[in-house]
Formats: sequence, structure tokens, C-alpha cells
Amino acid sequence: MSALLQVRGLSHHYGQRIGCQDVSFDLHPGELLCIVGESGSGKSTLLKTAAAQLAPSSGSVRYHQRDGDWLDLEELSEANRRRLAREEWGFVTQNPRDGLRLNVSAGANVAERLMAMGMRNYGQLRDIAKGWLERVEIDPARIDDAPTAFSGGMQQRLQIARTLVTQPRLVFMDEPTAGLDVSVQARILDLLRRLVNELGLAAVMVTHDLAVARLLAARTMVMQGGRVVETGLTDQILDDPQHPYTQLLVSSVLTT
Amino acid sequence: MTASAMTASAIAAPLVTAFASPMLELRGLGKSFELHHQHGARLDVLDDVELTLHAGECVVLSGPSGAGKSSLLRVIYANYRPSRGAVRVRHDGDWLDLAEATPHQVLEVRRRTLGYVSQFLRVIPRVPALDIVAEPLIEAGLSLPEARQRAGALLHRLNVPERLWRLPPGTFSGGEQQRVNIARGLIVSRPLLLLDEPTASLDADNRSVVAELLEEARVAGSAVLGIFHDEDMRDRVATRLFPMHPLQIA
Repeated sequence: MSALLQVRGLSHHYGQRIGCQDVSFDLHPGELLCIVGESGSGKSTLLKTAAAQLAPSSGSVRYHQRDGDWLDLEELSEANRRRLAREEWGFVTQNPRDGLRLNVSAGANVAERLMAMGMRNYGQLRDIAKGWLERVEIDPARIDDAPTAFSGGMQQRLQIARTLVTQPRLVFMDEPTAGLDVSVQARILDLLRRLVNELGLAAVMVTHDLAVARLLAARTMVMQGGRVVETGLTDQILDDPQHPYTQLLVSSVLTT
Repeated sequence: MTASAMTASAIAAPLVTAFASPMLELRGLGKSFELHHQHGARLDVLDDVELTLHAGECVVLSGPSGAGKSSLLRVIYANYRPSRGAVRVRHDGDWLDLAEATPHQVLEVRRRTLGYVSQFLRVIPRVPALDIVAEPLIEAGLSLPEARQRAGALLHRLNVPERLWRLPPGTFSGGEQQRVNIARGLIVSRPLLLLDEPTASLDADNRSVVAELLEEARVAGSAVLGIFHDEDMRDRVATRLFPMHPLQIA
């Protein structure tokens, strides 16, 4: 099978400081890859650099388009990169307030990307928005409410609807369940797993929660100090960690 | 051991090994754990394991606790990384050494060739039992209604009451969870099946159902490698035993 995203030797430096260093991986269509590691290990930097939100200091990101051609992100104009991010990719932020527009209604948040892609029929946009609110388990009767009136878990589900409404092929997620209650977290994980399967999405998800990685991702990368120290099958990494840092990470998890 | 089961096994074993094709070859397989945070301690759990498993046979690993039986299954499933030797699996007619395979290759082998049923069910908290069992069928390309229908039939056969199908198994009894787990593991027929005590918390009736299911899989040509501490169960399903011993501490 051919990859959807090919990352090679990717680095991003903040001045002298390493954000992420020399990271390579392939992502296949329909696959969910988790990036784990402690705070400051470079997970989010890697995610943002791979998603072309940060400019690489070195290395390359290539994306396999629907028509079969490979796009080199660095050679893309800023306008085309924005079009790609809007139409074929999605990005879910840890804090839903960063990914939502708080001053417009829930329905408008869901419909916005469709409008940006040229859909104009108001009735149709409203129907699609309602359908997506239902899909993420938000009462469609709240379509005209502002997201500020929603709980944190609802806001996160709204952000997921807003991101997935255009049926992107590739989604980047930065700790989408961090900071939520455990019961809310389970609901969002179940939702993400279902949508990823139904829509055949590929996704890269940053998490510091190894249990999340085990439940959602077939493959995992472990980061420490900006570098990938171990990569492979999620269950193998968690049950038979090889690198000293991964062993420490796995043995530090509290079990209930 | 019942007389009929013994006869069936005794006849089946030589026939199977004489004519059936090998599905799994373990060659010089070894596993050691290096514990970096325990002063670099090294634990040797498997050394130089040689085993050939054929289509249509059920080999049961025997030996005391600590002999490495579960570890061996985990190494074959690529849940543990082998330290030495080869785990050769016949996948789509070709041989592939899982010790050398890429993660994507291993996932493909797990999807279509190699199944593993452990003692414990591990799933997302909110998913209903029926969907947990149907999931491997959906991944294999079946429609949701058809997958759910077949999942229901198998749960029914395993005596999981229909009122539980719509509920997540988190609150089920140990035996009910284990039957959901078995159903999920057996719903797609795979040429190679690894079983780690899948019947440990089941009563005699349900163990008997599992034995029938395994027998059917074996007769249909699957190669089965398992651990069963219950002697009745072992005698009923095994065509051959593979004895294992704890490694001597040097």
C-alpha cells in the first residue's frame, strides 16, 4: 500500500532550541498514528511542522494527492498550502476555543468550511450542520447557540464536527481529549474511533496518555527531547518497550 | 478425557502432520527482556524454540507457570519483539518472518492471517458488545447489518443473553466478558490462531461450546496454537502437546 503522507528528516528549531529533530515516518490511508511523550518532548512541534503550520528548519513533508501525484509541501505556494489545509486536511486543537469561532453560532462553525469551499445554499448548509451536530451527539436544537454556551466536552465535539464536515483525508489532532473529564474523554474517543473508521480517515494524534494510544492507534512513535526514540506497533511498544525512556514511561502509568 | 475425543485426536494428529502444509515455523526463537531501570537486569524467558505448526492441527503448549507459554504466543503475535531467531508465518501463500517484518506488514498479517485471543477483553468503554464482536467483520469489508447479524449469531451460540448485546461489556461478569472476547477473536476465520487461556473463567457448558468452535476452525483448515490449563479442555482440543520448561538460571 502506498503512503498518504511521507515525512523525512523533519526538524523545527526555535532559534537555538530544538523543537523536533530529524523525524521520519510514513502514514498510510485509513491509519491512526499516535505520538506520545512527556510535556516538552516536541510532540506538538512535530505535529504542527508536519501539518505545515510551522516551517521546517530542515527535512521534507510530502503528501499523496487524490489524483496520484505527490506534493512537496515546501514547494507549494502559501495560497495552495492554505487550500490544502482547508479542503483535504483538518486540524483539531487541544483547546477547542482555539479551533472554534466563538462569536458565531454552532451551526455556522460547522458550515464555515463548506462555505469557504463554495457551498451557498442556506437550507442545505443548515441540514448538513444539523446532521453533523447529531453525529457528534450535540442536540441539533442548539444549532443557533454560541459555542461559549457549551461545556468543554461539547465544544471539543463541535470542533471535531467543524473539522470533519468537509470529509478531509488527513486529520492532525493535538491532545484532543486532554483536560476533559474521564467520562467525556471516553465519549470523544469512541466518537473519533467510529468516525475514523466510517470515513476512512488517516490521522496523526498527539497524546501523553498511553491508554489512548493503545485503544486508538495501531502504530505509535515515542518522543523524548525532540527526537523519536522508539517507533512501531502500539501494543509492542507498550508491552515490550525497548528504549530506556519508553520503559520509564510505560512503568510510570498508574493502573486501576 | 472422553474416549471419543481421545480417538479422534489420536487419529487426526499423524494424518495432519503427514499431509497438511506448514503454517508457522519457529526457528531458534529466543526472548530476553532487558530492564534498563532495574540496573540493566536481563530476564531470559525463551531460548532456541523450534516448532512447526500445520494447517488443521491444534497444538497445546504445556508446562508449569513460568515456562514461557504466554510469552511464546506474544512473540509469535509480534506483541513481544523476538531477541533471536525467526517467526516464519505463511501469509497469502508466501513466507514472512515476523521478526524482520515492518509494522505495516505485521498489521496486515494480523488482519487476515494471524488471530490472537487473550484472557482479557480490552476495548473502548462505551462500545456495545455486539459492535465489539462485529468490528473485525466490518474491517474485513462486510456491511454493518450483516456484520451485526453474524456477531449476534455467534454471541447467541456462546450463550451471551441478547439483552446484553446492546450494552458495553465493562459491567459484564468475567465469564461474559471472556465470551465476548472469544466471539471477537473467532468471528473472522483466520488460518492461524493463537489462544491464551481463553476459557479460564468459563463454566463447563460454555467451555464445551468453545471446544466445538475450535474444532470447527481446525477442521476447516486453521492451525491452532493454544494454552489451556483445564485438562478436559486440553484433551478435547489438542492434536498434539508441545512441552515447555522454565529456563535454568545460569
